Amino acid sequence: MKRTGVFVCHCGINIAGTVDVKKVAAELAKHPGVVHAEDYVYMCSDPGQNLIIQAIKEKKLDSVVVACCSPTLHETTFRNATKKAGLNPYRCEIANIREQCSWVHREKSKATQKAISITRGVVEKVRRNESLEDVSVPVTKRALVIGGGIAGIQASLDIADAGYEVILVEKSPSIGGHMSQLSETFPTLDCSQCILTPKMVEVSKHPRIKLMTYSEVQEVSGYVGNFKVKILKKPTYVDPDKCTLCDECTKVCPIVVPNEFDMGLTGRRAIYIPFPQAIPASYTIDEKACPGMFDTAIACGKCADVCKPGAINFDMKPEIVEVDVGAIVVATGYDLYDKSMMAEYGYGQYPDVLDGLQFERLLSASGPTGGRILRPSDKKEPKEVVFIQCVGSRDPELHWPYCSKICCMYTAKHAMLYKHHVHDGQAYVFYIDIRSGGKNYEEFVHRAVEEDGVLYLRGKVSRVFEDNGKLIVWGVDTLTGKQIEIAADMVVLAMAIRPSKGMDELAKKLKIALDKDGFLAEAHPKLRPVESMTSGIFLAGAAQAPKDIPEAVGQASGAAAKAMAILSRDRLFHSPTVARVIRNLCTGCGMCVSVCPFEAISLKEGKAEVNEILCEGCGTCSASCLRNAIQVKNLTPHHIQEMIKACLGG
Amino acid sequence: MAAEFEPRIVAFLCKWCSSAGADLAGVSRMEYPPNVIPIQVMCSGSVSPLYVFSALSHGADGVLVSGCHPGDCHYIKGNYYARRRLALVKKLLEYIGLEPQRFQMSWVSATEGVKFSQLIYDLVKELKPLGPQTKFRRNY
Repeated sequence: MKRTGVFVCHCGINIAGTVDVKKVAAELAKHPGVVHAEDYVYMCSDPGQNLIIQAIKEKKLDSVVVACCSPTLHETTFRNATKKAGLNPYRCEIANIREQCSWVHREKSKATQKAISITRGVVEKVRRNESLEDVSVPVTKRALVIGGGIAGIQASLDIADAGYEVILVEKSPSIGGHMSQLSETFPTLDCSQCILTPKMVEVSKHPRIKLMTYSEVQEVSGYVGNFKVKILKKPTYVDPDKCTLCDECTKVCPIVVPNEFDMGLTGRRAIYIPFPQAIPASYTIDEKACPGMFDTAIACGKCADVCKPGAINFDMKPEIVEVDVGAIVVATGYDLYDKSMMAEYGYGQYPDVLDGLQFERLLSASGPTGGRILRPSDKKEPKEVVFIQCVGSRDPELHWPYCSKICCMYTAKHAMLYKHHVHDGQAYVFYIDIRSGGKNYEEFVHRAVEEDGVLYLRGKVSRVFEDNGKLIVWGVDTLTGKQIEIAADMVVLAMAIRPSKGMDELAKKLKIALDKDGFLAEAHPKLRPVESMTSGIFLAGAAQAPKDIPEAVGQASGAAAKAMAILSRDRLFHSPTVARVIRNLCTGCGMCVSVCPFEAISLKEGKAEVNEILCEGCGTCSASCLRNAIQVKNLTPHHIQEMIKACLGG
Repeated sequence: MAAEFEPRIVAFLCKWCSSAGADLAGVSRMEYPPNVIPIQVMCSGSVSPLYVFSALSHGADGVLVSGCHPGDCHYIKGNYYARRRLALVKKLLEYIGLEPQRFQMSWVSATEGVKFSQLIYDLVKELKPLGPQTKFRRNY
């Protein structure tokens, strides 16, 4: 290849102000193999692109370098122009002389020299580029949604409504997630279950949604458009088709364990339904609790004896279901930070120190107290309640540095609802800052303060301890500088939001990254907030970061739209700059196989072989190969060596 | 007085983090010395030791490899390979007698324009007193 064209952009004065663009063009014109070099005020404009097209045709260019802004901006523009002129788009490369040159230097002669060096390097690269065609793969038109909380429900409904099949996997026996545990939602005080359950029913009745509760994703392989997923369906030991929800079984079950749905405030039997509106509406035998499961010698079988329809089947076995899907939405939600980390607030020691979700259950009409606020210890109405915000959040020294975002609002709601239940009670809120960004959120907090007389105290609580049947709260009001002591009847902790348990393992199976706090990492914090780094896998809800219901729902619809963009296509294309094996150099040592992050390389007949569809072109394999037998197309060691030589030559 | 020595440095920047960070330094107009010539690679994990030797033998006075922060690699774990591999390269170069300042690694994310600019400042400042690199330079 010896017919390269170089096009130097002025970008108005953005480049030409610091770089002598005429000199760059003139110097490059002298470079061996460059048969055309010119400069123009805006290469990305239509006339600019036409210059390139015309030159390719007239001068029979076989490769093009555009010296302009970062390739993240106009690489596609210029590759399309190249294609339009009849040249393979991978014969066009960008030399970044704006972001990495003209914008960061002042001395014109030096900046010009650097721009020349950069452009020379890219000329040497492009001359060695091959013409490549995008890799094309078919698409399985089915989505997998992991997590059956509000985000997973919304994503499933959106995708299914658009006409695609959805498999919704939920690890617990019912969908609904944490939203089903809430009493009312801020700022409207809508009944949480009343707005959630219609959506849950819609999921269960949807002809295109296959609901798999009490199931977990076990293994994920494949790639965008063609994932293969193994799902473990745990046995419930109850046939949902036969179960009539008569509830006779729980009356005879002798085993009582803490009820997760009520956050341990009540007990449940080993055979149970999580909550009355559970979907699917069926009972489950908790095999960890039921003695019959782990030791058949003492199997009691009482539930089976009383079950008239014969729905109970102790012989049910775990089942592995294999499914093919084209896109995956991860909506695994959150858990509250482990309260045992908060010994100074007496959690676990004093029954009347609760977390936010436990307080929700106290408020809920379906909760352990039937919607009355009573202390767990003595079932008396608490007259002084202290709410503590940022417990475990915004505490980089001891706990988590981030803001859990929803606590300011739900604490205001808790304090307000407490006052609605206990008119003569007093609610105190210890806060660091009140963060109430959101539609009608600020007004809601004001309502709590002004209409319901909630007392906000700016400061932290150092200790909670029991004295004479009261919970003594020691804190400080940083606005007055005074120490505060409150003798409270109940303390509610706004615990930090954490990714749900087991999410890190799921992330490993999916090969998606976590951020520094353990939440799922998005592909770009501003511009790609619902995509993971792995194409075809999308994020929704609190698994990505703490968020409230409208945000989770919004992100779920966003993730669904992104998933549908894949499912709506018959074939997908991806970059052809993937690794290639030079077979006669390959000794089959397997080093590349072991370093490949995408499991794209395998050994076949003693030689490495690349699956072009899985390969992302990172080049980790090529750096590990002792014989240069595996190389990324258009970025081979030869390309780099020549670039180095050309860059340093000037 | 003779002109001050200006080191020539080759910087291998990964596309997703460090090159994007360098772009951000540009967008934010954070000035730094023009001694560094950037070469964009897909991942710091793709930087073969040969690239480093090659840059030195072609007369680079310094070489920089910069990737995503450990744990943040766009390709999941490429930068961990880079870290291990290039740490050995650095030891080898120093064993042969190259000043340690001449070969450096760093982690610059796409949001760290300031860090990138400061990195180049510091690198150039450290290399200036060393003068030209002759240990590996071949006479062409």
